[in-house]
Amino acid sequence: MRGWRQWKIYVPLGLVMIFLMLPFYWMVTTAIKARHELLNTTNPFWVFAPTLHHITTLLTQTDYGRWFLNTLFVSLGATILSVSVSYMAAYAIVRLRFRGSRVLSTAIFLSYIVPPAILFIPLATVLIQLHWFNHLWALIPIYATFLIPFCTWLLIGFLRNIPRELEEAARVDGASYLKIMRRIILPLSIPGLISATIFSFTLSWNEYLYALVYMFSSANKTVSVGLTTELIHGDVFQWGQLMSGALLGTLPVVIVYFFFVEYYVAGMSGALKE
Amino acid sequence: MAVSVPVGQSESLRARLARALDNAQVLGPLLAAPATAILLALLAYPLFLGIWLSLTDASLGSTAHFIGLKNYVHLFQDPVFLGAAGYSLLYTFGAELFKMSIGLALALLLNRQFRGYRVARAVMLLPWVAPTVLSALAWLWLLDPQFSAISWLLERMGLIHSYIDFLGNPWPARVSLIMVNIWRGIPYFAIGYLAGLQAIPKELLEAAAIDGAGAWKSFVRIIWPLLIPITTILVSFSSIWTITDFQLIWTMTRGGPDNATQVFTTLAYQRAINGGSLGQGAAVAICVIPVMLVLSYFALRSIRETR
Amino acid sequence: MAVVNLEHIWKRFGETVAVQDFNLETNDGEFVVLVGPSGCGKSTMLRMIAGLEEISEGRMTIEGREVQHMPPKDRDIAMVFQNYALYPHMNVFQNIAFTLELRGVRKAEIKTQVEEAARILGIEHLLQRKPRELSGGQRQRVALGRAIVRHPQVFLLDEPLSNLDAKLRVGMRAEIAKLHRRLGVTSFYVTHDQVEALTMGQRIVVMRDGQVQQTSTPLDLYDNPVNKFVAGFIGNPAMNFLTAHFEAEARRLSGESFSFEVAPRLSEALSPYTDQQVCVGVRPEHIQAVRDGSETRASTLKGTVELVEPLGSVTEIQVNVGGTLITAQVDRNINPRTDDSIELSVDPAHVHLFDMSSEESLLAQQAAA
Repeated sequence: MRGWRQWKIYVPLGLVMIFLMLPFYWMVTTAIKARHELLNTTNPFWVFAPTLHHITTLLTQTDYGRWFLNTLFVSLGATILSVSVSYMAAYAIVRLRFRGSRVLSTAIFLSYIVPPAILFIPLATVLIQLHWFNHLWALIPIYATFLIPFCTWLLIGFLRNIPRELEEAARVDGASYLKIMRRIILPLSIPGLISATIFSFTLSWNEYLYALVYMFSSANKTVSVGLTTELIHGDVFQWGQLMSGALLGTLPVVIVYFFFVEYYVAGMSGALKE
Repeated sequence: MAVSVPVGQSESLRARLARALDNAQVLGPLLAAPATAILLALLAYPLFLGIWLSLTDASLGSTAHFIGLKNYVHLFQDPVFLGAAGYSLLYTFGAELFKMSIGLALALLLNRQFRGYRVARAVMLLPWVAPTVLSALAWLWLLDPQFSAISWLLERMGLIHSYIDFLGNPWPARVSLIMVNIWRGIPYFAIGYLAGLQAIPKELLEAAAIDGAGAWKSFVRIIWPLLIPITTILVSFSSIWTITDFQLIWTMTRGGPDNATQVFTTLAYQRAINGGSLGQGAAVAICVIPVMLVLSYFALRSIRETR
Repeated sequence: MAVVNLEHIWKRFGETVAVQDFNLETNDGEFVVLVGPSGCGKSTMLRMIAGLEEISEGRMTIEGREVQHMPPKDRDIAMVFQNYALYPHMNVFQNIAFTLELRGVRKAEIKTQVEEAARILGIEHLLQRKPRELSGGQRQRVALGRAIVRHPQVFLLDEPLSNLDAKLRVGMRAEIAKLHRRLGVTSFYVTHDQVEALTMGQRIVVMRDGQVQQTSTPLDLYDNPVNKFVAGFIGNPAMNFLTAHFEAEARRLSGESFSFEVAPRLSEALSPYTDQQVCVGVRPEHIQAVRDGSETRASTLKGTVELVEPLGSVTEIQVNVGGTLITAQVDRNINPRTDDSIELSVDPAHVHLFDMSSEESLLAQQAAA
């Protein structure tokens, strides 16, 4: 590709990329800018005196470390719960055609469309009755409500692609359905399981509304909730700490993402084809 | 069910259990039970409870009384609610339009498979991957009325004379939020369209080139028609998520200034959590459902058609 | 080694009947082939024997045990699938061993059995490989290995050769036949290829649209087909069919550009058809070319050559006889050319007759009467 054809690609692409990356660049630079630079500088896009001050105060003077661990705990818990429960349901729906399986799969698809924004108020009353309010671990089954529909949907798509003949051969060989689920289907579903895990982790980490409404002690907050409720008082924003917190809070998901880019892309396009 | 058991021996409990579990009609429901239980208890039940709540005057701390459709009647006379409904629709459709076009353009660029394509594709997904609230905080700082780096740049370039209050005035705020939503949604459309583009057989475009079609004609007559199914899917799902968006708007404007950027979800939160009126809040949330049903219908139909 | 008894087996899918009143009693160690065009029900029948499909009606026994309600694993059968169905994440050894593992066989014993099976099939050197590293023929053998390692009472093979290329297919056919001779296990083999059926089967069941047309030995099917379908299905190239008018006094069957003498053995069967139309069938290999009118033949056809295909030892020609295209296998020395006029003769002993409407063989009707 030569000359100006190259520019036809690189220039517009470059502009869009700058637009997409701008906030992240901003997060990084603000997090390491010296305090005096934050509000008074000749060039806001440049860091003149980098410092780790904000990051250290964030970790030492706020409950951020706790919030981070909370988010990790809930995300991992919700992911493990949802992926395993969805796998079992997907296998049952796709392979064990039992009475009501069609109804169930339609219902699960429909529940994918019901978002937390509609449920958070009545769910609050349910949680109060269950005495689950302000208990961090309660977020795990709650998050499962929006993770399960997606994971089941994704895994059903993957399982459908495994040839029926493999299971028939296993039946003839003498395997029970449970044995087949564990020894034959599970190893062959690993790409689907990885996609489901990555998406579940990302969606859990990203969740805000439920954590905001149902957790009110600082010790039980997640990263997003903690940053927006405890580092913003009225009109005063602790930007250095906020951006550090945002940066550190974005890192886990970005790291997972970079290791599994292909799975991510496959998951997104695969979900579209299904 | 006839089973050959050697005469004189009875089946052990373990064997009987194993046989029961090997029945698809038994094992199926059993395996599907945990998922079903969670969804029934924490999704289906709250959904119907929400509908019931919207028909009461429930509020924190007092008992609920059935009041029929009074909540809804009040809402449809409430200028704040009507404004929120209007902005929800504007926010959604405005954002979808641009997300779609820019995403498509980006996909077309990336489809050229130039050097560095993989890196570009990986990096480009970041806005979609990153937690919305955290990105919104970065944008909040970027659009600060006094210290915005964007204002600084525009001033330096001579395009403006004083810093813009992006989020403090109604219309700039509305536009800014749409812009941030576009920022976040571009990768989703780009990846989706990329998949769609790669599904188009190269031979079609080669034949068109031989027939004499230039780049624009090829796009309009061949590529775009083949992308319509995937466009419907992408837009349907994206709209469902956008119209129920909470995080972005709440983090950046809380629905202000003066309720200018209220949407259904933020209004529901305000009424129920800040104001304590659970019934009203529930009613606002329920109002989203008809819009979503329409969008879901299109989403489902477009998926069925592409199968 | 087992006797399999299938009594009045029916299979319905809603309104459609996939298999209609299937009856068969096998002999000990017999190799039975189910053959027919796509959709005739042969695979469905095999899957019912395996237990992968439930029967709608009927009774099935293996060595006297009633099995129609048993799951596959309790029937003591093994199956080779069309696409081999090898577990892709396990190597060859594990694939073959899996069934023994499931039955709790001890590890040392498993090793012995698997290696024995591998040796019989000539795949000992492949035991550590994964299926994706194997050729089609090798995968086929692994599938066979999985089937034989358990020493079951019945083998079921579902079109195992259709995914192999032609040359490989011929070789594998012989191998499977050899394997059967060696192990002597009662086997059911499904195929749509009548050549496979004829060469491999001890008994063949010809099926069409869910109904059994005829069950017999290969040669019997060839010599005495009970209806037009079986006659046209068995034998390659296929039998020719002509519409003829039966002239009772002249004792001839004649039609456009041909006239056959009626052999004595056929006259009784033909008597109900005086002055009526009958379908006449004759195989290409039973048609010869007449050389330069030296003798008069009793049964001849006249026509124009439309296609000549020299096959080496014989030449296959297609001749337009009064509007019908006839295939004949003639001596290579005849050297016919396209557009030549040619006279063909038929050995009256090899003429088949079928009723025009019922399509049943007149001889079979006569034998049944």
